[in-house]
Amino acid sequence: MSSDLADWTKGEQGIVYQSCSACDKAQYFHRRFCAACGAPDPVQKSASGAGTIYATSLVCRAATPETRAHVPYNIVLVDTPEGFRMMAHGDSDLAIGDRVTARYQPFAGRLVPYFTKAK
Amino acid sequence: MSFITGVGLTSYGKHEGSSSLDLMSKAADQAVADAGLKRAEIDGILCGYSTVSPHIMLATVFAEHFGIRPSYAHAVQVGGATGLAMTMLAHHLVEAGVVKHVLVVGGENRLTGQSRDASIHALAQVGHPDYEVTLGPTIPAYYGLVASRYMHEYGVTQEDLAEFAVLMRSHALTHPGAQFHDPITVADVMASKPVAMPLKLLDCCPVSDGGAAFVISREPTSEAGVRVRGCAQAHTHQHVTAAPALSELGAEISIAKAKAATGLAISDVRYAAVYDSFTITLAMLLEDLGLAKRGEAASRVRAGHFGRNGEMPLNTHGGLLSYGHCGVGGAMAHLVETHLQMTGRAGDRQVRDASIALLHGDGGVLSSHVSMFLERVR
Repeated sequence: MSSDLADWTKGEQGIVYQSCSACDKAQYFHRRFCAACGAPDPVQKSASGAGTIYATSLVCRAATPETRAHVPYNIVLVDTPEGFRMMAHGDSDLAIGDRVTARYQPFAGRLVPYFTKAK
Repeated sequence: MSFITGVGLTSYGKHEGSSSLDLMSKAADQAVADAGLKRAEIDGILCGYSTVSPHIMLATVFAEHFGIRPSYAHAVQVGGATGLAMTMLAHHLVEAGVVKHVLVVGGENRLTGQSRDASIHALAQVGHPDYEVTLGPTIPAYYGLVASRYMHEYGVTQEDLAEFAVLMRSHALTHPGAQFHDPITVADVMASKPVAMPLKLLDCCPVSDGGAAFVISREPTSEAGVRVRGCAQAHTHQHVTAAPALSELGAEISIAKAKAATGLAISDVRYAAVYDSFTITLAMLLEDLGLAKRGEAASRVRAGHFGRNGEMPLNTHGGLLSYGHCGVGGAMAHLVETHLQMTGRAGDRQVRDASIALLHGDGGVLSSHVSMFLERVR
């Protein structure tokens, strides 16, 4: 279950997802089983950091002093070629359908994935 | 069978000095009196939650405070869908013979009991703690994401969404209990402060104090009976990251099940009460439910279709957007207004015919859905 792969939710520069060895389905939210078929111990994998913008929302009103310091910031949903969707930050001018790549940026005391247009 | 025999609703807005229990009690008192019952006749209690005063046993806290000893009581938590989910459960409880009269109650001093920031922060926690909340989204941002995608897929514009805010405000103008009484225009909505684009301040419901309650009974207690004809739920996900495609959301599933359960069609519906936390919520749900074709809800608003004198009067009290949103009680106001319309007691707001009503609630980020048909019987 645990792995040494770099994972932004642990403060590292990387995106980790899980892949089911029984049904091949990818899932982003970590669990000890595959939510699609119930098989145990999905394999931890590192994502490429590539993706396509599915949705965006530029946050202009934040609720805490830590997040307010970053306003405005663009929240994006990104579809990855690995087959999962994730939430992240991104450039403010990103549009739905844009092809993007991830880098990492500090936000409210953490490191978060930040997408920019792919070159 | 089950009947909604009484309703109660406070004004929404500021109730300085009132606790959540005070607001729940005020609405409950009205509902019990409206049903023509005595408190001792209430044998079931369902209540929602309060973000201001969380408690692990709110229903018994309320029962003790209100002064009744029910034989069935617990709280229910399904976000914005809680009110209709409780009504659905009450319907099944009385049909199954478990209890005779269920008091359904929600209320919260969400506006004056805590800061707006505290409310926004508390609500953002419906997001995933590790994969979403750490990114600083707010509830408007979750719905802003959905809005951006819906606008992209169906060619809906920000001006289209603004129409729903203007409509709800125009309805609130004639309800003395509504939080807002100043008319607004599409231009006002467009010029309002950006919150989580494409949603601006006037695309968002306010934070309110208020309370709402109803009594669901096995038999009518007065001549004008409002019967729960049938209802259904659907739950497809919790987090927006895990939401299915727009064409596979829960509203379409729950309305299909509710139609099958009742044998009713959308063409039978005369009054609609639809969850409207944001303009996008209302636009999407109207189209998911089949009350407008895909991408055409705004043009129906412009044509007067959803107005008080239109073909399908909608949220004639002003909805969450303009009557106000106090949490669980928020969407319960939709049912109270529906009941007043169905029993001919809506005064200046009375519509011609509310013989069959469709109600729909949404919790989370279009996560949990309850569709319900009510029917007037005499």
